[in-house]
Amino acid sequence: MKPIVRTLIFCAAITGAADLAAAAEISVAANSTGKNLSFLREQIAKFEKDTGHKVNLVTMPPSSSEQFSQYRLWLAAGNKDVDVYQTDVIWAPQLADQFVDLTEATKDVAGAHFPSIVQSQTVNGKLVALPFYTDAPALYYRKDLLDKYGKKPPETWDELAATAKEIQDKERAAGNPDIWGFVFQGNAYEGLTCNALEWIKSSGGGQIVEPDGTISVNNEKAAAALERVKGWIGTISPRGVLAYQEEESRGVWQTGNAVFMRNWPYAYALGNGDDSAVKGKFDVTPLPMATGGDQHSSTLGGWNLAVSKYSDEQEASITLVKFLTSPEVQKARAIQLSNLPTIAALYDDREVAAAQPFMPNWKPIFENAVPRPSAVAKVKYNEVSSKFWSAVHNTLSGNGTAAENLELLEVDLTELQGDGW
Amino acid sequence: MTEVSLAGPPSAMAGKRIGSDLQAQRLRSAWLFLAPTFLVLAMVAGWPLVRTIYFSFTNASLTNLSAAEFVGLQNYLSWVTLKSGRTIYRGLLADTAWWNAVWNTLRFTVISVSIETVLGLIVALVLNAQFPGRGLVRAAILIPWAIPTIVSAKMWAWMLNDQFGILNDILLSLGLISQKIAWTASPDTAMIAVLIVDVWKTTPFMALLILAGLQMVPGEIYEATKIDGVHPVKVFWRITLPLIRPALMVAVIFRMLDALRIFDLIYVLTPNNTQTKTMSVLARENLFDFDKFAYGAAASTMLFLIIAAITVLYMWFGRVNLEGER
Repeated sequence: MKPIVRTLIFCAAITGAADLAAAAEISVAANSTGKNLSFLREQIAKFEKDTGHKVNLVTMPPSSSEQFSQYRLWLAAGNKDVDVYQTDVIWAPQLADQFVDLTEATKDVAGAHFPSIVQSQTVNGKLVALPFYTDAPALYYRKDLLDKYGKKPPETWDELAATAKEIQDKERAAGNPDIWGFVFQGNAYEGLTCNALEWIKSSGGGQIVEPDGTISVNNEKAAAALERVKGWIGTISPRGVLAYQEEESRGVWQTGNAVFMRNWPYAYALGNGDDSAVKGKFDVTPLPMATGGDQHSSTLGGWNLAVSKYSDEQEASITLVKFLTSPEVQKARAIQLSNLPTIAALYDDREVAAAQPFMPNWKPIFENAVPRPSAVAKVKYNEVSSKFWSAVHNTLSGNGTAAENLELLEVDLTELQGDGW
Repeated sequence: MTEVSLAGPPSAMAGKRIGSDLQAQRLRSAWLFLAPTFLVLAMVAGWPLVRTIYFSFTNASLTNLSAAEFVGLQNYLSWVTLKSGRTIYRGLLADTAWWNAVWNTLRFTVISVSIETVLGLIVALVLNAQFPGRGLVRAAILIPWAIPTIVSAKMWAWMLNDQFGILNDILLSLGLISQKIAWTASPDTAMIAVLIVDVWKTTPFMALLILAGLQMVPGEIYEATKIDGVHPVKVFWRITLPLIRPALMVAVIFRMLDALRIFDLIYVLTPNNTQTKTMSVLARENLFDFDKFAYGAAASTMLFLIIAAITVLYMWFGRVNLEGER
């Protein structure tokens, strides 16, 4: 009897040890915009239960500029503590060297995602990150207020300004002193680059640096676009908009104090939450353009998941990345957080359409979204973006005219470009 | 050490020898005791400093630090003469963004340290007086200094928020302003906002250091002035101020060093705003945000040199004045 017991204990010990060896501990760095973290926690719990791995969530700030410098620091130091990074769509060329090539490991699933997104995350034939969700901003408008004053959602920026002004003035006269016409992201950071790119592109003013490397930003249409926005500051938009990021503008909007807002789709689900003052009172439409002849322009955003090459748990990390980017998780994400999936089939999904009625219409908008010049400017992109948003912020805050600032910007960018991007 | 030999017997030969032996022994043990401190300092302060200065002479990139090549003074200043005969200057010393940051830093330092010194002095004088509950007030006044800067900056960012900030609300209901002010966004008020928060946060620190100086002043002097019937204002200018001057000088220099390298408050409150960007903020931006690690290292080195120069100047002038009075 005794030897059998001993053998059994021995076997149990071995299997126990084997289990321990297979279960890895992974850390994921993810940003804290909206409900991203609570959603991830939920999904990670499922993953932990299925695989036995342990996953820690590393909280990052909502500002992508801040997030980026922290990542850069960790990666430069060869940090092993973080295995999976949630990365912005523009970072692939800058951080490509520090991430694992996912081409082989994700051969079976990469094909399901939009080819253009997979392409944006491929640097020199290396798949740097797997698409998590994509983003194309919308114009949020207060359906109730527009109906009340007999207005239609605006097609052009001037229409938007006129409608915003009229409703704002009438609402204020009717005893709503805190209401503003339009809020957007005017703080000097990456988000302003996105906003300003939309204003300029939708006015036919190019996209800062063209795909062939030409610096096109110094032109009359771009200057006119910025001057138009400058006219909004203090009239239809609060002066404080020059310090707003996504969450600050959402704060004004969701408390019912704005007629229009430019924001990413994540604000749709939050605006329809139970604690929202605008629940059921708003809808979304594509961002306006300068004149009828121009095109609607939305800056391409989106987030991806990459695996650090310094990670000791690369295999488990890749499993996690594949799980989090899978159709099931993306579907849950679309339904709960109204983030746009990167898998084409999900746009026709009935449950998604029922939960987020705007989403089926968003596919063409995202497909025509304007990319920021990150692919062409490569490692210099952040500096290009910083110089661009500084020029825009200076213009909007009254520090020089648009024409002057764009001329200076052109000189700066040309110098930065040097012999080539 | 001089005191040791002076204290020894003035003429006896043997005594002198014992004195110098003792002196050497004391010197040795002093070094022994100081060695760990020096070692730690060299590791945590000296080595990073030397590395930063080294990188400022290279073309290092954060993605691959080991591949850095020596480029001389290029990060600081370089120039090329074009075919047209025009000379173009490049590098930190020709960078308008850098000089803007230097100007912002100096402006911030002078204004904030001046206000904090005056307010700190007033607070310290009040706290030095006898009144019931003094201990409690002394502890309470330190609270702003005890809160981590990041937390207080974020807290103030919400209070300064243009739409739902409490500051605008108070000013509006008092009728002091007619429109909500966008404190951190507008170029006219961004620096004021930063100054408000900094003064709120560091006045307690100044008050504490000055209070320590005040408590060193012997009470008999004040009793004497009372007997002689000297006017309190005259007492302050002729007695209190000169006597607490050394403590005041130290307090100012501490604050100045802190103010010159201010980073966290501005980074949280008004990031990327040209009106408030200081030298440290600019250095960080180049080091980590942009692919210009070496350039950022050059900015850090310049920041170090500027702070060192200002400190030396201040100490030098301070000492001259002090000796002139004696």
